[in-house]
Amino acid sequence: MSLDAPPPAPRAEEGPQVGADEWVARQARRREYLPSWLGRAQRLGDRVGWWPRLAVAGLAAAALPLLGLGGFQLQVGIDALVIALLAVGLNIVVGWAGVLDLGYVAFFGFGAYGFALVSSGQIGADGIHLPSYVSIPLVMLAAAVLGLLVGLPSRRLIGDYLAIVTLFFGEAFVEFTNNVAPGALGGPNGIVGIDPVSVFGHKITSNGGYYYLLVVVLVVTMAVLRLLEFSRTGRAWRAVREDPLAAASMTVPVNWVKLMAFAFGAAVAALAGTVFVAQQISVFPTDFDTPILILVYAGLILGGAGSIAGAATGALVVMVIYDGLLRSPSDSGYLFYGLILLTLLVKLRPWRRLAVVLGACVAFGFAAHAIAAAISARAVAGGPGSTGWIASALHDWVIVPANATVAGNYGFVALVCLLIALVQAGPRWRTILLVPALYLASFVWETRLVTEPAITRQLMIGAILIVMMNARPQGLLGQRRVEAIT
Amino acid sequence: MAFFFQELVNGVTTGALYSLVALGFSMVYGVLKLLNFAHGDLYMVGAYVGFFVIQWFGGPTAVSIPVPLLLLIMFVLAAAVVGGLGVAIERFAYRPLRDAPRIAPLITAIGISFFLENAALLLFGAQFRVYNTADFISLSSGITIGSVTIDSVQIMVLVLGLALMVGLRELVNRTKLGKQMRAVAADREAAEMMGVNVNFTIAATFFLGSALAGVAGVMAGLLFNQVTPTIGFIAGLKAFTAAVVGGIGSLPGAMLGGLLIGVAESMITGYAPPGYSTYTNLFVFAVLIAVMLVRPSGLLGRAQLQKV
Repeated sequence: MSLDAPPPAPRAEEGPQVGADEWVARQARRREYLPSWLGRAQRLGDRVGWWPRLAVAGLAAAALPLLGLGGFQLQVGIDALVIALLAVGLNIVVGWAGVLDLGYVAFFGFGAYGFALVSSGQIGADGIHLPSYVSIPLVMLAAAVLGLLVGLPSRRLIGDYLAIVTLFFGEAFVEFTNNVAPGALGGPNGIVGIDPVSVFGHKITSNGGYYYLLVVVLVVTMAVLRLLEFSRTGRAWRAVREDPLAAASMTVPVNWVKLMAFAFGAAVAALAGTVFVAQQISVFPTDFDTPILILVYAGLILGGAGSIAGAATGALVVMVIYDGLLRSPSDSGYLFYGLILLTLLVKLRPWRRLAVVLGACVAFGFAAHAIAAAISARAVAGGPGSTGWIASALHDWVIVPANATVAGNYGFVALVCLLIALVQAGPRWRTILLVPALYLASFVWETRLVTEPAITRQLMIGAILIVMMNARPQGLLGQRRVEAIT
Repeated sequence: MAFFFQELVNGVTTGALYSLVALGFSMVYGVLKLLNFAHGDLYMVGAYVGFFVIQWFGGPTAVSIPVPLLLLIMFVLAAAVVGGLGVAIERFAYRPLRDAPRIAPLITAIGISFFLENAALLLFGAQFRVYNTADFISLSSGITIGSVTIDSVQIMVLVLGLALMVGLRELVNRTKLGKQMRAVAADREAAEMMGVNVNFTIAATFFLGSALAGVAGVMAGLLFNQVTPTIGFIAGLKAFTAAVVGGIGSLPGAMLGGLLIGVAESMITGYAPPGYSTYTNLFVFAVLIAVMLVRPSGLLGRAQLQKV
């Protein structure tokens, strides 16, 4: 009896594999792509794998200063990179382990204060001046231990309770640095005169140097986290996020896994803190207040919790808008009107409808301006708050009364009400309401928002959180999870 | 001893205020299982409504209508405006997320809190707005027992606070709406199948809870005199602490927690050695963390079995 040729061994990619559930494997590979050319770009990006993408992004970031960025732009870049590093670390805790950590900024502050204490003249007669290659790992390790301690209550507390404890931990940290041990921590005056980071004996003192350092640190951290994501621990984190009970019955040590997420997140935050404080040369308790926490969350949510690239991109986008573009009236005008036009272009289909809405909006504005001018000259006495060609283009379109502040305030309240109505209305009314809403938005922008950039950018951060959670909870780059039906 | 009792009275008064904020917070948690981070900012809005009512009727030195009527308008308007705002927030931001993962509404709530705070900053400015309570309510017309004085505003806050708490208790325990609220809190799906209008019940809960925060805001304006856009955040944290210490979701617990926090705070400020009175907030947070670690379900809360 002759032996037949043995059947060909099933190829690794196809067919059932031992230990892999077919359905799970298929679901894991399935992802949603954005419509049109964005989706094609995503598919192309998927084909080349993660490390070429990361390398290209890193090189692009490193090439940016060569375009001749000034001191201000460089500072914006540094702040953005610090927040991006924080968002990438927060992604471990919130995105992967699914634990809401509202005290995350405290670890950032711990790293900053820790580095400041061991690299300045603050303690003792001569101070402590540890070299960076000792102090940074030391501070990260200490932060990881602190993260374990803060995470310990997660053994008993689930969900919301843990969020509360961490929130209070964050608040307590600010109170602590403000009040306790003013000799060592400096109270509200903080610590000044901190040593720079030295790399291979070379002290980094310029902003450009810190920019490159942060790019390298961010890229390396992202690469390490990418390896971690698909490691045993990374899979355990996601299992715990999806269903702690199921994970526990699959012998995942749920508590320990959560604690590890806390520790890893804290270490990354502390790393960001050390570089941040060395670049600033000083550290104050207000650097770690709630607005920073909300910024980091806004970046993470915008980019998509659960995705490393999403967290970093989201944080960079948020910070460049928040810190860079919203500072000057002309830039913020481009941003505001550009975003509105972009949203309309993407969302309003078919083209005829878009043309009708835009045309109606232009006509509505000129008509309203003419009527208001005919009734009273005071009603149009003010000029638009924007500068440059936007102002001259809008001069006869948007009504800006003499006392613009009060009118702008009423306009703001009306705009919020109108936007709520817009969301709740049916499709037909939505198109009709869109015209006054656009006009009102421009009115509020020209009378009020453009003159208060500091408040406007905070409002924008709040709005990002609310809108993203309602419209696209997985973020711009995140993937919609396949929800198990319970 | 007189000092002790004076501090106790002050503590109980601020405690009553914290209790009102904590009650609304706890009610919302009860029906939606949502930590409404925006609750403290609703309280801030209430304080501003009270301030603008005083300005509308001629300012604190020249009030054009009888003072009791003014107070009535302040409280009712604050309750109505803030209650309405609460309902709008629920309808606009929380209802679409009712079946989303737990983390989504929490982050939305943080966003709303930040948005409200900065909207107030835009509309009302960062400067202190002052009620000048002493200009239209004579504070000396209170009660004096021995050397302990309870001024008229404190009496009003205590009486009104107590009345609202008793009223809320009766509402939750005796009325049909209260029954529906308890049913939704116990099991939303089952309540819906039994014919409870869940959306209406949740909206009503938001209205009541937010209205209480609005009333507490006016009280805070009368008691502490100062209003800024940032008072909401710290008051929200205190109310959090109160609700959690008492047992989140439990209404008597929220009242007890509020009183405890108020009294503890006033005792620390009164008895702390000089230079240490800034430790008040730190202490409050430490108490909270300790309670959470030792008894996570709070003083009056019941430990919950996690349903699978």
